[in-house]
Amino acid sequence: MSIFRLKDLGTKIAGMALGFSLIPLITLGVTMYSMFASTYHSKVRANIITLAENKRQGIDLFLREQVSQLRTMAYSNTVEDLSSPGKLDSILATMQLSSKTFIDLGLINEEGRHVSYAGPYNLAEANYKNEDWFHQVMVRKIYVSDVFEGFRGFPHMIIAVKIQDKGRVWILRATIDSDIFDSLVRWLQLGDKGDAYLVNRSGALQTRPRFGNKSEDIYSSFLGTPFSGAKVQEHESDRKKIFVGGIWLQEKDWLLVIEEDRQGELAPLFKTQAATWAVVGSGIAFIIIGTLMLTRMIVVQQERMEREQAQLNEELIQSSKMAALGKLAAGVAHEVNNPLAVIREKAGWMRDLLDEEDVKSSPNFQEFVDAVDKIEQHVERAGNVVHRMLGFARRMEPVCNDVYINDLLKQTATFLDNEVRFRNIALNWDLRKDLPAIQSDASQLQQVILNLINNAIDALDKKGNIFISTNFDSQADMVEVRIRDDGPGMDKEVQRRVFDPFFTTKKVGEGTGLGLSISYSIINKLGGSIRFESELGKGTEFIILLPVKHHD
Amino acid sequence: MTEKSNAQIASVRTGPAVLVVDDERDFMETLVKRLERRGFKVTGVGSGRDALAALGQNKYDVVILDVMMPGMDGLETLREIKLGWPRTQVILLSGHGGEEMGLRGMAYGAYSYLLKPVSLTKLVDTAYLAFEEGGVR
Repeated sequence: MSIFRLKDLGTKIAGMALGFSLIPLITLGVTMYSMFASTYHSKVRANIITLAENKRQGIDLFLREQVSQLRTMAYSNTVEDLSSPGKLDSILATMQLSSKTFIDLGLINEEGRHVSYAGPYNLAEANYKNEDWFHQVMVRKIYVSDVFEGFRGFPHMIIAVKIQDKGRVWILRATIDSDIFDSLVRWLQLGDKGDAYLVNRSGALQTRPRFGNKSEDIYSSFLGTPFSGAKVQEHESDRKKIFVGGIWLQEKDWLLVIEEDRQGELAPLFKTQAATWAVVGSGIAFIIIGTLMLTRMIVVQQERMEREQAQLNEELIQSSKMAALGKLAAGVAHEVNNPLAVIREKAGWMRDLLDEEDVKSSPNFQEFVDAVDKIEQHVERAGNVVHRMLGFARRMEPVCNDVYINDLLKQTATFLDNEVRFRNIALNWDLRKDLPAIQSDASQLQQVILNLINNAIDALDKKGNIFISTNFDSQADMVEVRIRDDGPGMDKEVQRRVFDPFFTTKKVGEGTGLGLSISYSIINKLGGSIRFESELGKGTEFIILLPVKHHD
Repeated sequence: MTEKSNAQIASVRTGPAVLVVDDERDFMETLVKRLERRGFKVTGVGSGRDALAALGQNKYDVVILDVMMPGMDGLETLREIKLGWPRTQVILLSGHGGEEMGLRGMAYGAYSYLLKPVSLTKLVDTAYLAFEEGGVR
């Protein structure tokens, strides 16, 4: 069969198998991964939201505490006490007992001038009349400022409380330690690269973030009107991806921004991704290797089956050809035999009549005798052909005897001794000594051997070598006979028809074309096989395999 | 001439009576003529039925019977002959492929079977032997 068809089959099988196993596998991998990824993403977002809310509560609480502490101080002390620098110092000391959040404390009159000041800075002379926060606190009573540089030229924030006493207005102002506030904001259950900071409504930083300068892009989308609850979004900059959470404080119009490193947060997801790809990848590799091996096996198997099938077909064709030709030969032989018998009898009758006196006296008597002789001679010849044809057609059970192939070969070759010598042909023997005797039909085998050696001699014509060898295949329990000549060999056309009955390369009248076909059917009947190898210019070898024990 | 034919007739009269059965008419007729020439009293018929009919009319010592015949074949005819005329000897003539029939014929009581083509000498010898055997029995 055609190799292309088999290759095609292999490709089809491989394609189908790969398709049916890889598509579900990949689909499974991708689906599992994407589901896990989305679940994990929402989990991370939820974590950030929780974190932001907790943090906001903490900061709000802190601010509320500071405001209420300041307010308590403002309302529990008289303006006189607050105005006395000594008293104010002791108040600041009291406030600093619980925490060092407050750096300084100052009482400011309605003109914006410090009435008294407690703290490390020399701000007694400062006038806050034109400061923004001064106006704000006048309106709102309590004011928490944005971070600003103020008179000291250092960023800080203040809390101010308005005090009304006896128709006059005072302001108690305290500075919050921005370091403490910064660390409060930053103090979070943050990842290695996480960050947290506050920005005001216009986007200015209110606390120092852990890492460097912040681009406003990160949180710009949260700015504007404050919203309730936390929002999370992803932000990408400088090849760094982060999650950004934003939530507005309740105590002040500040936005708490929380950054989480996407890489760090999603590390388990990336691990899962890697694991998924590893599993899917090795699965694909396994499937591909398995499919290729399987396909290869199927193709090889198929190839062998087809080869065997082809061989079987060939043998079947050959044997059915033989059977058909056998029948034909038998039919023809019988049909020819009857007229031959009649001719023979008629000739016999004529010979009988030649005894008659009147015929004897005929001047043509000798001619009659010659004619009858010739008729009988040629009837005999035709009869021989018919006889051989019938021999070919006949299906007689072979006789079964112990046959010693080596002896049989030697003995048969002696028939041809003269011919071989005359033609200057060398017979080369390579007979295996311990060849077992086989159960076979010696005379039929002899016919085959004679035929093959004869053919070899004819092929060599004048001068050449014939090699005869025997061998034993103990595994198959077969004896092998090889008869090889170094003659001209056979071309493909001859090779194809070599076992066909009536096919001959010899001159008309020299060969019947039945020799090899008879040999073929004899060997077949004896349970063996005959084949040949031939190459133009190199010679021809016939190989006969015969079973040691004949079963049939 | 007349003398000769008389002698011929005489010899015919004295020889064994032979019935030749063969569907190949040319063969049968020639064989009849050649056997007659060798001193047998010969009749030729072309089928098994005709053979049985001939046996019903005359007595024959030997029947030369072709095995392969259309209609009633040699073996059937042989069986009928052996049933009706057990003392009549039958020589079977068979072509190639008919050996088995010949052997079976022997089992059915044929005297001998000969393979075609058979030489006339051999046939004549066998016929004489058969005739003698029949006579002894």
